[in-house]
Amino acid sequence: MKKLSLILSAFMIAFSMMSCSSGTVENTDDEEEEVSVQTLNVSDPEYYTKFKDKGISINVYNWGEYISTGADEGTLDVNAEFEKLTGIKVNYTNYATNEELYAKLKGGGASYDVIIPSDYMISKMINEKLVQPLDMENIPNFRYIMDNFRNQAYDPTNDYSVPYTWGTVGIIYDTTMVDIPEDEIDWDLLWNEDYADQILMFDNPRDAFAIAEIMSGYSLNTENPEELENASRKLTQQKKIVQGYVMDEVFDKMGAGDALIAPYYAGDALTILAENEDLNFVIPKSSTNLFIDAMCIPTSARQKEAGEMYINFMCEPDIAFANIDYICYSTPHQVAFDMLDEEVRESKISYPDSQFIADKTEVFVNLSEEASLKMQNLWTEMKSAEDETTNKWLVPIFLIFCVLLMIFVLIRRHIKAKKDIF
Amino acid sequence: MKLKYFSAPYLVWMVIFIVVPLLMIVYFAFTTDDGTLTIKYISDVGQYANIFVRSIWLSLIATAVCLVIAYPVAFILSRMDKHKQGTMLMIVMLPMWMNFLLRTYAWMTILGNNGIINHILNLVGLDSVKLINTSGAVVLGMVYNYLPFMILPLYSVMEKIDKSLFEASADLGCNSVSTLIRVVIPLSAPGITSGITMVFVPAISTFIISRMLGGGSNLLIGDLIEMQFLGNAYNPHLGASISLVLMVIILVIMTVMNQFDPDEQVLM
Repeated sequence: MKKLSLILSAFMIAFSMMSCSSGTVENTDDEEEEVSVQTLNVSDPEYYTKFKDKGISINVYNWGEYISTGADEGTLDVNAEFEKLTGIKVNYTNYATNEELYAKLKGGGASYDVIIPSDYMISKMINEKLVQPLDMENIPNFRYIMDNFRNQAYDPTNDYSVPYTWGTVGIIYDTTMVDIPEDEIDWDLLWNEDYADQILMFDNPRDAFAIAEIMSGYSLNTENPEELENASRKLTQQKKIVQGYVMDEVFDKMGAGDALIAPYYAGDALTILAENEDLNFVIPKSSTNLFIDAMCIPTSARQKEAGEMYINFMCEPDIAFANIDYICYSTPHQVAFDMLDEEVRESKISYPDSQFIADKTEVFVNLSEEASLKMQNLWTEMKSAEDETTNKWLVPIFLIFCVLLMIFVLIRRHIKAKKDIF
Repeated sequence: MKLKYFSAPYLVWMVIFIVVPLLMIVYFAFTTDDGTLTIKYISDVGQYANIFVRSIWLSLIATAVCLVIAYPVAFILSRMDKHKQGTMLMIVMLPMWMNFLLRTYAWMTILGNNGIINHILNLVGLDSVKLINTSGAVVLGMVYNYLPFMILPLYSVMEKIDKSLFEASADLGCNSVSTLIRVVIPLSAPGITSGITMVFVPAISTFIISRMLGGGSNLLIGDLIEMQFLGNAYNPHLGASISLVLMVIILVIMTVMNQFDPDEQVLM
């Protein structure tokens, strides 16, 4: 019996490790890239030869599916091109959340030379000195970055980061079931009781609170406890008509028509829209969150200059275009933007007009520890609050169960003790 | 005596990958970022009491359902022909060959608002029922995923019960009900306890089932811990405290379980 349990438990452990492992390692080999269709134009070929034949390698840590890999016919394998051009080997690995990246850097177990965190995480890392200032002399291609995306609140003087992609948050909805004209749609659609049980909501506090904060007219970066509480109250009101709190599941649920309305990120929304033609995506006209992912170099980097070379390479017009063409987010790169198809450039989803961006959007910065703890607690409270009927009985039933169990154990012991006398 | 040395590799493994991480959890739970001792995080766990209660409650239900389903199955299995037993056991194990995530994911499409069940209901003219994103769906996911862990220990104990014991019990005047109560259940008690352990412990700490089938509004302890390490909450100290409290709760429950089976230590 014991043996079997042991075997089984070993099995279970192995099994749970299997189901929990995340993060994939991809080593880019340039062997397969022998037949390159395009010849690459770089602005200053001389600059890239600096580390040729020195046997240097850099560690790049990026989001999954966030670079052109040459997997599709006729696209560039960006890392392979960089290796070919500079002779620097690229060790490319992926992460799934900003927090995963943060934990890796904070833990100090690994050294990365280039990372691509989001806005609020960049400001957190700047505060904690996890990233270092860039030498812009080595990144001349920074000149291509549009003014709208420079000197954002998370990095006010743009010393630490070079924007890579950006996007906005909007609402995906089913046009066949939601009969509200497109230009009248605003965040209150997510609170509309006509669509009870057909609404999905973000499953992370920052994005969910942002929507409630916009509706109440607060800043997205408010740290005022009262405002946070009001926002949380707003989310609690919404809870009874929310079908589920989801992140990536939006793809399936909206694609399959399981829900009618969901807030999501513009880049991913395009993917969902391609799947189901009844869907539409609107950026609410009142205001929205603008998110920016930018390239940084950690303080612990071993090859800072090679890292800057990589960042500069990513800002080469051809490369920036190849990446943005592949990942479908919006680019802050002026030349890459001009290279896009007219249809994409005029898309209201990917490129809302720059006046709107300048006036009506706000970028996340890192919240103070107290504020983020407060938000977190309000969020768990909101999500775990149950209907009153169940809440009232849950604890007593559980206690009664425990008491019964104890009584049963005691009686059993008593009987056994009696038996043992004979 | 020499045999002892063969266990050395496992001992080393255990120290590095079990004892040290456990100590690290304790360390994280009782310290702040700058390393000073504190019980702040442990006392913070108190505000999540209702999540703890819900997790324990849902996993107890799942364990009870598993036991009720698995007991007869294991009994029937153990009384089958030997060669049939092999095939049946394989069928029980079969779902476990598939990835855990995939199995849970499949339930999402079955239970969804436009899922298979509601589709069939609509076809025969009935209204859709809300199945997904309820605590019932979470329990279903637990039962489906952990049922084999209940059947296998029960089966392996029952298989060893000699057929002649049933005959003897009948000879001594027991009907089938009292045979069950006086012979089968006492003899299979070790299987029951280890089955309960193996279902209850993973069920109480699961997070992916509640996220996929509970729609994010049925938070369990596992979700809470995950949020502290990989989510926006990022607070490893609180996460470690919650894990520690969870371990203590499981320990207490297992000690209670041990009382039912004094002859044999329950695997934890």
